[in-house]
Amino acid sequence: MDKTTLEKIRSEFPILNEKIYNRPLIYFDNGATTQKPQCVIDRINYGYEHLNANIHRGVHFLSQRATEAHENARKAVCDFLGADKREEIVFTRGTTEAINLVAFSFGEAFCSEGDEVVISVMEHHSNIVPWQMLCERKKMKLRIIPMNENGVLDLEAYKNLLNERTRIVSVMHVSNVLGTVNPVKEIIEIAHARNIPVLIDGAQAVPHIQVNVKELDADFYVFSGHKIYAPTGIGALYGKEKWLNAIPPYQGGGEMIATVTFEKTTYNELPFKFEAGTPDYIGSTALAEALRYVQEIGIENIAAYEHELTEYATKRLMEIENMRIIGQAEEKSAVVSFLVGNIHPYDVGMLLDRLGIAVRTGHHCAQPLCDSLDIPGTVRASFSFYNTKEEIDTFIEALKRVIGMLS
Amino acid sequence: MNMKINEIQDGIVEEFAQFDDWMDKYALLIDMGNSLEPLDEKHKSPQNIIEGCQSRVWLNAEYNDGIITFQGESDAILVKGIVSLLIQVLSGHTPDEILTTELYFIDKIGLKEHLSPTRSNGLVAMVKQMKMFALAYKSKKN
Repeated sequence: MDKTTLEKIRSEFPILNEKIYNRPLIYFDNGATTQKPQCVIDRINYGYEHLNANIHRGVHFLSQRATEAHENARKAVCDFLGADKREEIVFTRGTTEAINLVAFSFGEAFCSEGDEVVISVMEHHSNIVPWQMLCERKKMKLRIIPMNENGVLDLEAYKNLLNERTRIVSVMHVSNVLGTVNPVKEIIEIAHARNIPVLIDGAQAVPHIQVNVKELDADFYVFSGHKIYAPTGIGALYGKEKWLNAIPPYQGGGEMIATVTFEKTTYNELPFKFEAGTPDYIGSTALAEALRYVQEIGIENIAAYEHELTEYATKRLMEIENMRIIGQAEEKSAVVSFLVGNIHPYDVGMLLDRLGIAVRTGHHCAQPLCDSLDIPGTVRASFSFYNTKEEIDTFIEALKRVIGMLS
Repeated sequence: MNMKINEIQDGIVEEFAQFDDWMDKYALLIDMGNSLEPLDEKHKSPQNIIEGCQSRVWLNAEYNDGIITFQGESDAILVKGIVSLLIQVLSGHTPDEILTTELYFIDKIGLKEHLSPTRSNGLVAMVKQMKMFALAYKSKKN
């Protein structure tokens, strides 16, 4: 990415002008949430100023306009993921809700006592707990794919975990702690050879790499809007039509029904069957704008530039004595997790914050992963295309200063 | 109001007031954390642990002759510094003294952010736990 493009991009994110303790903000917590470009902020305002009316219900003009915008947003998500049909896209509050939806509804339709669910050791709590809840409800067993010391999943062990009781596999595309890009295509192929469907948690993938659900042949693919420059509270579930038709609704209410009598309710068709209540049509249209924005920059360009940033940050971090990079897979996305000697991540994070640098510290909602590595957590710098090498240099200088204070 | 405890609080406020720069304040806090007497391994029991999302705090209390003595530790040094301060202020007093104390020193020394509930570092829970010990010993005494 050349300097002019980068400057233009940075100028589109108003929050990057913020001062933290009188220092310019350096935001390296993009894995937690991304900042919003002006066009997305404008789109939210536009929504309330020009198209606010409840959708799918009104006979009036404004409701039609809002409905159209919401359905166009569905089409935008569908195209973005490379899906065939807009009916296969369900809007959710985010990744967490999407996984809960599948864990509940798929569980109701296809799981019973003694069955098994396979996840991996590096999962975020949001891809562990919903399955644990299903396992408790149905007296099932959770099986865990292990990884090696570099943070790469052990596919041989994975193959051996699958058996005739395995009902579903659910793994993350990109690790939020290690940055590992998992070989999800292969993971899906292996499961499909045994007719087992697979859910892919794409929360950390879609902002950074090109995703095509058809190419992957994923049965379910989920992501959050706020991690890809859209507002909080909107996300999406892609599900193959055959699966979405085969599983029952998750929540009941308005919008998701065909007819209601006190004796029997019949459900609406896809995707509305899974969208009970008034959907976040302001959020969905802003999500579509965010997707348009990243596609305008180009996911390929984003991936290449973020790779450059990640490599550069890793190289500079390695200058520091007793530096330990957590997660050394060959295929990595825009995340660098690290520990320095015996210094606690919290101490590093608190002091970096005083220097205007926002990183995440702790177990990153992946406690089992940290336990398996026998670490209390990590300091994590996660990048976006609006970050710069100069920011990384400032971060390294600040980090050296902080380490000096703490050792 | 508790004069004895407030005198200690004021002393700490004064100690920190000699530094303008936050770096120096933090350096002092780190020193305090480093000089905190390590908690005996036997007291690092699951029942003495206060889990924060970010760091862990252990707190042990003993009650002798009407006086509560606290010992504590944390795996993070900045948290340990605050633990050390809290112990300086609250350890060695009667349950009544501890219960009637309003902790104002943290705010005054400009380290309030560490006691913000949103940091989830176990410190807010620690202060609560110290008061709970005082309350428990007080009712035991009665």
